[in-house]
Amino acid sequence: MSPPIRFEMRRRTFLVGTASAVVAANIPWRASAQPTSLAGPDRSTFTLVVNGETRELAVDNRTTLLDALREHLELTGTKKGCDHGQCGACTVHVNGERINSCLSLAVMHQGDEVTTIEGLGTPQQLDPMQQAFFDHDGFQCGYCTPGQICSAKAVLQEIRDNVPSHVTKDLTARIEATDEEIRERMSGNICRCGAYANILEAIHQAAGEQA
Amino acid sequence: MDFNQPADQNLFDRATVVGKPHARIDGLLKVTGTAPYAYERHDVIAGQLYGYPVGSAIAKGRIVAIDTEAARGAPGVRSVVTTLDIEPLGIWDYNVARLFGGDVVEHYQQAIAVVVAETFEQARAAAALIETTYERDDIDVDLEAGWQRLQGTGEPSTQVGDVDAAFESAAVTLDEMYHTPSQSHAMMEPHASIVDWADGGQMTVWTSNQMIEWNRQSLATTFGIEPDRIRVESPYIGGGFGGKLWLRADAVLAAIGSRAVGAPVKLALPRPFMINNTTHRSATIQRIRLAAGADGKLTAIDHEAASHTLPGGRGENATAQTPYFYAAPNRRVIHHLVEMHLPEASDMRAPGEASGLMALEIAMDEMAEKLEMDPVEFRVLNDTQVNPSDPSIPFSERHFVECLREGAERFGWADRNPTPGGRREGMWLIGHGMAGAYRGHLNLKSGARATLSNGRVVIETDMTDIGTGSYTILAQTAAETMGLPLGRVEVRLGNSAWPVSSGSGGQFGAASSTAGVYAACVALRQQIAERLGVEDPEFRDGNVIAGDDVTPLAAISEELSAEDSINFGGFQTEEYLMATFGAHFVEVGVHVATGETRVRRMLAVCDSGRILNPITARSQVIGGMVMGTGAALSEELAVDLEHGFFVNHDLAGYEVAVHADIPRQEVVFLDTVDGVATPLKAKGVGELGLCGVAAAIANAAYNATGIRVRDYPITLDRMIDRLPPV
Repeated sequence: MSPPIRFEMRRRTFLVGTASAVVAANIPWRASAQPTSLAGPDRSTFTLVVNGETRELAVDNRTTLLDALREHLELTGTKKGCDHGQCGACTVHVNGERINSCLSLAVMHQGDEVTTIEGLGTPQQLDPMQQAFFDHDGFQCGYCTPGQICSAKAVLQEIRDNVPSHVTKDLTARIEATDEEIRERMSGNICRCGAYANILEAIHQAAGEQA
Repeated sequence: MDFNQPADQNLFDRATVVGKPHARIDGLLKVTGTAPYAYERHDVIAGQLYGYPVGSAIAKGRIVAIDTEAARGAPGVRSVVTTLDIEPLGIWDYNVARLFGGDVVEHYQQAIAVVVAETFEQARAAAALIETTYERDDIDVDLEAGWQRLQGTGEPSTQVGDVDAAFESAAVTLDEMYHTPSQSHAMMEPHASIVDWADGGQMTVWTSNQMIEWNRQSLATTFGIEPDRIRVESPYIGGGFGGKLWLRADAVLAAIGSRAVGAPVKLALPRPFMINNTTHRSATIQRIRLAAGADGKLTAIDHEAASHTLPGGRGENATAQTPYFYAAPNRRVIHHLVEMHLPEASDMRAPGEASGLMALEIAMDEMAEKLEMDPVEFRVLNDTQVNPSDPSIPFSERHFVECLREGAERFGWADRNPTPGGRREGMWLIGHGMAGAYRGHLNLKSGARATLSNGRVVIETDMTDIGTGSYTILAQTAAETMGLPLGRVEVRLGNSAWPVSSGSGGQFGAASSTAGVYAACVALRQQIAERLGVEDPEFRDGNVIAGDDVTPLAAISEELSAEDSINFGGFQTEEYLMATFGAHFVEVGVHVATGETRVRRMLAVCDSGRILNPITARSQVIGGMVMGTGAALSEELAVDLEHGFFVNHDLAGYEVAVHADIPRQEVVFLDTVDGVATPLKAKGVGELGLCGVAAAIANAAYNATGIRVRDYPITLDRMIDRLPPV
């Protein structure tokens, strides 16, 4: 896993930013200012293992894992929907678990194994979950789709691992991939086109194939 | 091809490809993340720089000064252009607020500057260093106050018979107020563009836009250049719902940035910027009065509504359906525009009907109850086959009654408990509700080019696929017309280099653009016949068949290409009223302690002409039902009345429906065709699926609780103090 973030450094940065904002707020109708220089080096060099391939990156420390993938490695299958962890379009797997890659700085992931939609399958060789989405028309515009598929694969793994959710009623029993469990666990992935009912069918198909 | 009279029997009536369930031909790209969206086009041009927008922090006034010194000196910054640096840009026909240029601020987060830097992080950080000084004007963004001012004034848009007399003599009347909030498209892909205008000559725009030609014309008007110097590409669009009908600040700022630095610039609107910078559906206030005889027949409909708009805009006309949907000899309809300086109100999926039916279909439910009639029977009784505001005009096709009957049968409507608040399962009050759906149908001229090459047909048109399934239904149309299997048709969309199509919007895209592809394929068939020297051949099974003369299309070695458009004749609107119809049935549970409403079951029955592909059409409708669920229960842009902006400007604060909110959904398409509409006898369906859904949920919540909520969304606070004892 990634090393923990050094809270001290972040706290200092935060305080500097807050102080400027307070000063600015006293000036009527002027936009708030931010500090012009960053503490410490502004770039880092590190490696990620992306879809099984070791990739060296040298990026601005502020670069999110999402932007490292999309802008630097040009793996644009992972989508930026909100950049605030609110929509799930940027979902990828890091060391086997799903995360919102927009909420994570790339430099935090030295040595981590990242799997994106491109690592799951290709048009010529689909992952069973991709095939299931295709079969059930589990998408329309397609923009949330890679995130939905990455989330869906992780959801089934979480259920197999007996990780409880908000709707799990019996913590001692084996958790099943019910409609309710799937819907609850998929609710961090917004689909504005409204393909949810088809996505549910797709996940059931993939779950059945795994069982 | 001119379409000047209703279609007779034709090849689509014996279709083997059109109307059949085919998986999306772009589906493999979408499930593998390989469909390229606007911001992702690393492949198209080298040396792309990053743009980041700055928006106004006031709703109305003037910009006195913009201090860009710190931003210009920030690491990686290549240019900063402010709205004070350039003259006001032009405004195209359907845009209201100026997209950039000059010192006037018309709405909150109107774009006032763009920063171009080497990286996204640098551009974003530098944008935060810009300091702006404003002169702020007073604003009034109170729609309720506007309604109070305007109610009872103005000229009705429809006035038939004597409404006042009808109300005086009616056995039963209803007079209620309804409120719908402002809503945001909230499509998953932000507005984004890459623009190369490095040399100030040709402008190339890779963008996310529903209407390629409108986009090109808007860019020409905005920058005062010839349209033929602009090329626009938008092959994949991550949702639009009307929010990407127009040129928006992403493309404008990227173009300005590109011109400033002499390099291509990419710019996506940050999510918290989108809701106030781009367009939204206006809130509405609606007063609906209904009058009926004791027999349940409506004698008068009086619908007065208001919505907000920037000066010169269109607002949200919630009365859109009221002149047409139900019979009644007396009718008055009026929509007031309340001008104010909220962000730009504009079209969102089913503009007008979506919010109009949220109110009208509650009113119909209330009236049925007053008449002690079943809500389905009440609607059946008040059906009409002609335009009730002009009875000389028939509907081209109208099967609303069949929608109601089929829906009631499948849903088990007869088994419901009609007494409000009368059914409880544990902590849940269970209710059932229904609503009618109406959405007008419109066609736009649409063109395409069809090319035969090595036995394959390539379709090229500037039509777009915003998730609707255009790629697939256009391929099906070409395959059917050319007598080829689907796998031998390639469809290329979203490029202004190709013939101008209807584009995607207003539920006109599928019907119009398939007719355009049909016209192009007919022209190609003519060329092939001439090339082979045969008369009126048949195109079947990959062959051109003229009597005993059978030529495989694959045997034609030269490339043949034809271009044509479908031109819809005046008869469609002069002699007919074209529309689509539906019925929604919903079961909800309302929690007896918290007032939380959960949708448990949904059914839609649709009458919208020939269904071109039942898979993609069904997806459109279930998507509408999801959006309608959000509209009913959670979606609301909250207005800051003092500062004039939408407060909940992201996907955490603006709550669209998520997986957990949506039950299994059933969709039924009536087997109806409409020869007046297009040669394929198809009409739109993508907006119909949204129309009426929210009211069906509201009516079900009333049936569950006996609490009538007329203000959307139906949140807990609107229920909780009126719920029965736990």
